[in-house]
Amino acid sequence: MNPLERYESLVDDAAAFRAACERPLPSVVRVNTLKATVERAREALDSAGIPYDRAEWHGGLFRLPEGNPGTSWPYFHGWLHGQEEVSAFPALVLDPDAGERVWDACAAPGSKTTQLAALMDDSGTLVGNDNNLGRLSALRHNAERLGVTNLAVTNQDARNFSLKPFGFEHFDRAIVDAPCSCEGTCRKNPDVLDKWSLGHVRTLTGVQKGILKRAVQATRPGGTVVYSTCTFAPEENEAVLDHVLSEADCRVVDFETPLSTSPGVTSWEGEAYDPQVERAHRVYPHQNDTGGFFCAKLEVTA
Amino acid sequence: MNDGQQFDRLPATADERAVAGRATREEVLAWWDERFGVPPETFDDVTFWEKGKGKIWAYAGEAPDEIEIEGLGMTVLRTRQEHWKPTTNAVQRWGRAATKNVVVVDDAAARRFARGDDQELDWDGDWGYLVVAHELADGVEPLGVGLYLYGELRSVVPKGRRRDID
Repeated sequence: MNPLERYESLVDDAAAFRAACERPLPSVVRVNTLKATVERAREALDSAGIPYDRAEWHGGLFRLPEGNPGTSWPYFHGWLHGQEEVSAFPALVLDPDAGERVWDACAAPGSKTTQLAALMDDSGTLVGNDNNLGRLSALRHNAERLGVTNLAVTNQDARNFSLKPFGFEHFDRAIVDAPCSCEGTCRKNPDVLDKWSLGHVRTLTGVQKGILKRAVQATRPGGTVVYSTCTFAPEENEAVLDHVLSEADCRVVDFETPLSTSPGVTSWEGEAYDPQVERAHRVYPHQNDTGGFFCAKLEVTA
Repeated sequence: MNDGQQFDRLPATADERAVAGRATREEVLAWWDERFGVPPETFDDVTFWEKGKGKIWAYAGEAPDEIEIEGLGMTVLRTRQEHWKPTTNAVQRWGRAATKNVVVVDDAAARRFARGDDQELDWDGDWGYLVVAHELADGVEPLGVGLYLYGELRSVVPKGRRRDID
C-alpha cells in the first residue's frame, strides 16, 4: 500500500498533493552566514555561472535547478551547505538568541545544527547530540567545514540525556527533529514509501515521545522546545504532542510562518487529541513545492 | 598527564601548566600572531582545549575544565611537534585576519591547490606553513594551508575537503 493514500483525507487538495509527491525536488543550498553574507554567496554563484532561485520564504536558501554545487568555490569555502528546503523550517521556529544554551537532541548529520549555530552567531552553547556514533562524524565534519565553534557534540540516548558533563542544569531551548518514517522526503527518496509499515510507525512513536518528554524536562521554565518530523503520520506528530502534554509541564503555542501550512489535526482514526495540537503546522508538498513536514512549538511551563 | 579521551582546557600561561608538553593559551595566541599576523583578540570569543596528543580545539561555549564528550568546537592546530600546523578549517575561519605568510594565488593555482596537488611556486617569503588564498566575490578568501618547501607549494587540504572545482 502507498502510505500517502492514508493522508488524502487530511489535505485540502488530494490531487495536487499526489502530483507534488511525485515530482522530484531541486537541490537547495543554505548560505552559511558564519562565513559569507548572502550577497557574497550570490556573487560567487554568479561568477561560477551557477543558476539559482531564491526561496520566497527564506532569503538565505537558493534552489539550484542544475543540481549539486559541491564542486564550486562557494561550497569549497563553506559558504553554502546542501539542505532540503523545508528542513530549514524548525530552526527558524526555535529562533535561538546569541549566547543561549541550546540542545539539538537528534543532531546528525548537522544541517539544522549548523543553521542553529549561525542563528546564534556562533556564540552561547549549542549541544548537538545523536545516538548514532557513525553519523556523529558527519555532524562534526559539517560543523567544522562551516566554521562552527559553539558546538559541543555528545553521543547519548536522547531519551535519558544527562547534562552532567556540562555542569549546568537546563537549556534555554531544545529542538527535537525526531527520527521518523520520513514519507515527507518521498520527493527525494521514493524508497521511503516502499519501506513504510505501520509496525515501524508504532516503534518510532515510543522513541519520539521519550525524546520530546526529555527535551521538555531539560529546558528551563519559560523556555522553548520545537518538535519536528518529516512525516505526515498523526501517530508520529499530534499523538506525540498529546502524550507529552499529559506527561510533562508544557503547552503548545501559536507561531507565524511565511510558509503556507495547515493546522495540526485533532483527531485521527478514532483517537482525539488535545485541542492545543491544532497550533502545530503541517507542511504538505503542494503548498510550497517542498518536501513534507510537521513542526510544533512548545513552551515549558514549570 | 594528557588523557586522550577527554578535552582539557589549555592553561592560560606556562606558570599554570600542570601537564608536560601542553601548549598554553598564551602560546597559541602568540603563534598565530607571529606566524600569520593574526591579532590575539581575533580569538577573544573562544577557549582552547587539548584532546589527543597535541590536537588543539577552539570552542566558544561553556564547559568545565575537563570534559569527556565527542566533540568541542573545531580542531585548529596540531602542537607537540617542532612546527605547529594549523588546520584547513581554522585557516578558512580566521585566515582573513592574516597579514603575513599569506600567498594569494591565481585561479589555476587555486584549483590545483583545492584538488590537493603540489605545485611550483615563486615565493621569497618564509618556508613552512602558509595561508593560501585567492580572490573571490570582491575579496581575498583563504583556501587553506599550504606547506612551502624547496620552491614547491604542497597542498595539505585533507582528503575529505579536496574538490575538483568546475
